[in-house]
Amino acid sequence: MPAGLFHESYRYDERIFQTWFVKAWLIAFLIACALFPFVGSKYMISIMTEVGIAIIACHGLNILTGFTGQISLGHAAFLGVGAYTCSILIQHGVPFIIALPMAGVMAALVGMIFGIPSLRLRGLYLAIATIAAQFIIEFTIRRWDSLTGGVEGMFVEPGILGPFHFDNRIQLYYLTFVLAVVATIVIKNIVRARSGRAFVAIRDRYLAAEVIGVHVFKYRLMSFAVSSFFAGIAGALLAQYLEVITHESFTIHQSIDYLAMCIIGGLGHVLGGIYGVGFWFILERILEVVTTNLNTAFPDHITWFVSIREIVFGCAIVLFLIFEPDGLAARWRTIRAYWKLWPFSY
Amino acid sequence: MDSEFLFFMQMLLSGLSMGSIYALVALGFVLIYKATSILNLAQGEFLMVGAYICLSITLDFGLNFFASFMLTMVFSVILGLAVERLVLRPLIGEPIISVIMVTLGLTYILRGVVIMIWGNDIRQFNIFPEQPVDFWGVKLTYLYLYSLGISLVLLTVFAIFFKYARTGIFMRAVADHQTAAQSMGISVRGVFAMSWCISAVVSSIGGILVGNIAGVGVDLSYIGLKVLPAVILGGLDSILGAIIGGLIVGILEFLSAGYLDPYIPAINEVFPFIVLVLVLMIKPYGLFGTEEIERV
Repeated sequence: MPAGLFHESYRYDERIFQTWFVKAWLIAFLIACALFPFVGSKYMISIMTEVGIAIIACHGLNILTGFTGQISLGHAAFLGVGAYTCSILIQHGVPFIIALPMAGVMAALVGMIFGIPSLRLRGLYLAIATIAAQFIIEFTIRRWDSLTGGVEGMFVEPGILGPFHFDNRIQLYYLTFVLAVVATIVIKNIVRARSGRAFVAIRDRYLAAEVIGVHVFKYRLMSFAVSSFFAGIAGALLAQYLEVITHESFTIHQSIDYLAMCIIGGLGHVLGGIYGVGFWFILERILEVVTTNLNTAFPDHITWFVSIREIVFGCAIVLFLIFEPDGLAARWRTIRAYWKLWPFSY
Repeated sequence: MDSEFLFFMQMLLSGLSMGSIYALVALGFVLIYKATSILNLAQGEFLMVGAYICLSITLDFGLNFFASFMLTMVFSVILGLAVERLVLRPLIGEPIISVIMVTLGLTYILRGVVIMIWGNDIRQFNIFPEQPVDFWGVKLTYLYLYSLGISLVLLTVFAIFFKYARTGIFMRAVADHQTAAQSMGISVRGVFAMSWCISAVVSSIGGILVGNIAGVGVDLSYIGLKVLPAVILGGLDSILGAIIGGLIVGILEFLSAGYLDPYIPAINEVFPFIVLVLVLMIKPYGLFGTEEIERV
């Protein structure tokens, strides 16, 4: 009898749920998430909504950076495009059910425009081009007063979907939760499909990919579009969550944060985005508790603790890159492999 | 001279002074990239740290400006060495994204440390006299003149250094071909460390100059990103390119502020980036950069 999991055909290898055990855990997890609003405090529900939004955004970035290997330092700007598109459309009386996908589509279009340089650029140069995209979009948001409200920002009218009003935090949580699950399913299936294999081929060796017949530019542009679409949806949700949006919610720092979450979670792993976002938010909560306590204990040194967050996150990024460049997803896999055969590891 | 021309000259010369500072910072980028193929996105934070240290020594400890300038250089050398040794060396051979991201992680740490020590306020040097100097109608403040002067002197010094000094030649050799340089007995690690030191030093000089013009605050670090268009325009691995790119971007920034502002307010904030995108689309390796030619 085989002691372990052995695949006998490609179809089995590509299955989403390798064992019933994984499936059971996943269902348990989803039920726990769905029941969460009944037990969690208002504050925790808000945080979980933020987590869900970040997960959608990170899935998008993971497609672009993790699977296609194109570094993007302008992801938050695409979130901004989505956020403003959705909010402006709602303001003009477009129903939410249309405004939400339009946010994604608009972000995808803008993303494709800034993806055009990827025709000629790779690696470093593309990363710099996305920095430029970040600044140009941010500038547009800040200065197009008549449309975006400029520096003062704009109020977001809550979206209405049938009986649901998303100014209710719990209903917004469910919307985010459902969309995050859908996003995860979509990304998993993109990766399993033809386009996903093309993405990975381009990432690993784009010349070889071109030689075997992958249309490199088409798939690069496509990954920009898919990634920005996710970002647009996440942005629209973020706008609903924040209720007032300004350009300050979509700066290069947020872009770096999203990239950091992806790296900590594991670039090129479907679950990487989820692990990374989880790690990031848990660390943030811990820091919040620690700094509040420190502030009350040493009120004379408040300035010291303000910057702790930046330093800790910076250290987290640097240490992860030095010691675990493949992120938590890879670490999890190693741990699982170790325990699978424990205590007889040979 | 008519006022139209005077206005143009005013913008041109201001741009030239600002551009010379950009050229210095761009030089910092290029030095590191040439030697180690790392784009140090924490350059702006190096600049900010330098400015803060100099300001702090001058204002809080009351040393004269020249002495604190020299002390700042010493700190920068230490900072450059520490970053190279502790953060970047473990990452040799890792993919580009790791290296980019680690320098971004560094920006968080440096910014956090600066806020921890000096707080969030913008502070002024107030060392150079305020009243402008008049050159046949074109008014420039002493600050701009000094910046232009210091930058031009430094750029010349570096040009001579790379041409004739032993270490400079070593650095060029390593940039050209690492293994060949190593087999000639050049310490590649030494050169890496040297590049980081020089880069940290020139960026803190740039930081002190910009800090004098705009005040010292955390936002100073944005200069690092603003210089990227200059670096790309000149070519990532060309020292001459960095200098010319820096000057061009500085001039473009001021000219766009002067002429396009009535149509799109504050366009100068983003104009260099628009140029950047265009350069990347048309001539991605810049004016003087080495083109990567790929064959199957």
